[in-house]
Amino acid sequence: MRRGRLVLRRFRRHRLAMAGVVALAVLVLAVLIVPLWWPHDYGDASFPPFVPPNAEFPLGTNKIGLDMLAQIVRGTQLSLLIAVTVSIVATTLGVALGSLAGYRRGFTDAAVSRLTDLFLIVPQIAVAAILVKVFDGSWFTVALILSAFYWTQSARITRGEAMSLAQREFVESARAAGAGTARIITRHLLPNMTGTIAVNATLAVAQAVLLEAGLSFVGLGVQLPDTSLGRIIFDNYTQFSGRPWLFFWPFGVLVLISLALNFIGDGLRDAFDART
Amino acid sequence: MGEDELNLTRYVLRRLAISVPTLLVATFVCFLLVAAAGDPLAEQRSRPGANQDAIAVLAHELRLDEGVVPRYFHWLGGFLSGDWGSSIALEPVFDKVTSAYGVTFGLVIGAEVLALVTGVLVGVVAAVRQYRLADHVATALAFLLFAMPVFCIALVLKDFAVQLNDWVRDLGLTGLLGNPWIRTSSPESLESHGFGDLVVKYIGAYLLPTLAVMAVSFAGYSRFQRASMLETLNTDYVRTARAKGISPARVIFRHAFRNALIPVATLFSLNFGVVLSGAVITERVFNWNGMGSVLVTAVNADDPYLLMGWIVLIGATVVVANLVADVCYGVLDPRIRVG
Repeated sequence: MRRGRLVLRRFRRHRLAMAGVVALAVLVLAVLIVPLWWPHDYGDASFPPFVPPNAEFPLGTNKIGLDMLAQIVRGTQLSLLIAVTVSIVATTLGVALGSLAGYRRGFTDAAVSRLTDLFLIVPQIAVAAILVKVFDGSWFTVALILSAFYWTQSARITRGEAMSLAQREFVESARAAGAGTARIITRHLLPNMTGTIAVNATLAVAQAVLLEAGLSFVGLGVQLPDTSLGRIIFDNYTQFSGRPWLFFWPFGVLVLISLALNFIGDGLRDAFDART
Repeated sequence: MGEDELNLTRYVLRRLAISVPTLLVATFVCFLLVAAAGDPLAEQRSRPGANQDAIAVLAHELRLDEGVVPRYFHWLGGFLSGDWGSSIALEPVFDKVTSAYGVTFGLVIGAEVLALVTGVLVGVVAAVRQYRLADHVATALAFLLFAMPVFCIALVLKDFAVQLNDWVRDLGLTGLLGNPWIRTSSPESLESHGFGDLVVKYIGAYLLPTLAVMAVSFAGYSRFQRASMLETLNTDYVRTARAKGISPARVIFRHAFRNALIPVATLFSLNFGVVLSGAVITERVFNWNGMGSVLVTAVNADDPYLLMGWIVLIGATVVVANLVADVCYGVLDPRIRVG
């Protein structure tokens, strides 16, 4: 409890990280509140095409007459939703398997290591593309597919941490007192890894935002009529030089999200690290 | 020395003995997945007036009328003896995939080498001049590049190059550099008059995609190198070397630098797959006929053997990249070789 407050205080002193928190909070509030009163629907293509930004369409309209503001709000919602889902699913899976492998060693460790090797070798982009075709292109499927590749990273990091923690006296004494694997992992190992896990989960959100955008950009991510930030850029990038507003707004939001998350991750790392 | 090399060889062989079975399992899993993706001939079958008999013959030729498991072993046997099967358009997969691979691989290797050299250099400078201007600039640049998806960097570069070409034209340099100098599309038709001309054209065609692919790796390498360099600069043996009066440059390069390279070797091997997918996406921006366009064609057509050829070739590249990183690891850190 005392440590939590200490970490929080150190985090608050990290100026860039706090700026990241504020920027992200404003963005999340905006994409939640704007659709409540904004008159244009993101799927409504009945507007005149290629309207430059004006009072009615603050960010203009695209080639098929979609309101760009509504598009970007929806795209940001979905990109963030996918990224957070990926981070939660992948971190949970990775931490569970990684800590088990690091603590149990032996066969469990070998099995988990081979599994991570397998996922490293298989080209993500091809398999993700096939999976998007096999299943539907809904945001949840895309999130699950991305998670399937993402868990290896947190698994590898957690495994290393668990291995070194398992050597420590407090774990040995817990084992001598008769604690089982599940109890040692949840009560003794995980609380000592919160810093690493939190940093990794934050950075995973940032990377998942970009990964989803890349997948959408080759036309293999979220499928129409729904949209994500990557999808919006993909739909409009041919207009890049003539009508830059169609590119720079979704691009700007994407960079803002990713920068904010990277700063928060950095702040968290500093805040937790100072302990040792 | 001899024993040292023997240890390294044994170490590499052990890594290889682990990688090859993993790659085999990966091909089997992918084969099942590709087979589940759909019937590659569905579109031809549903076409009005389609000759069903001819399609049945084609399906038989592609062995699509067999079960997945026997089909896998037949494919694997053929694959290992150099016959990678044919695409549903009946082109040999081997030719199609390897020629596309040449394009992509050239891009990736060039970008990775450049990213490693510049990233390591910038990382060292940032660490040595910690919290000075150079460090802040390097940090800001790395953060910005990290936050951008690779295709956005490519798009911005492409737009910038269009303007740069206009300037080259305005300045009357087109005779020297060609018009347009920096190509924003595929490099296939590189007609040249002499070696100098070829070099200019080659640079013009490869410049933008290489920069785009390089950007993200560069950010990673420079951050990693900075962090590990700072760590080694704070170790006892570096302090001892300094106390002995060895010149600062010698301390930095002989004592700290070599050890600080080890984490970068790790990043290289973990990163390689990501860089490959980045290259695949970048090629789409510049309309190159590389692995990116083969992948999109193959996925859209559910083309089984074309997809398998693609997956195996990229997978094998990642395995080899990991081996290279392992060898660097062994060279940099003798402790790893033992045990």
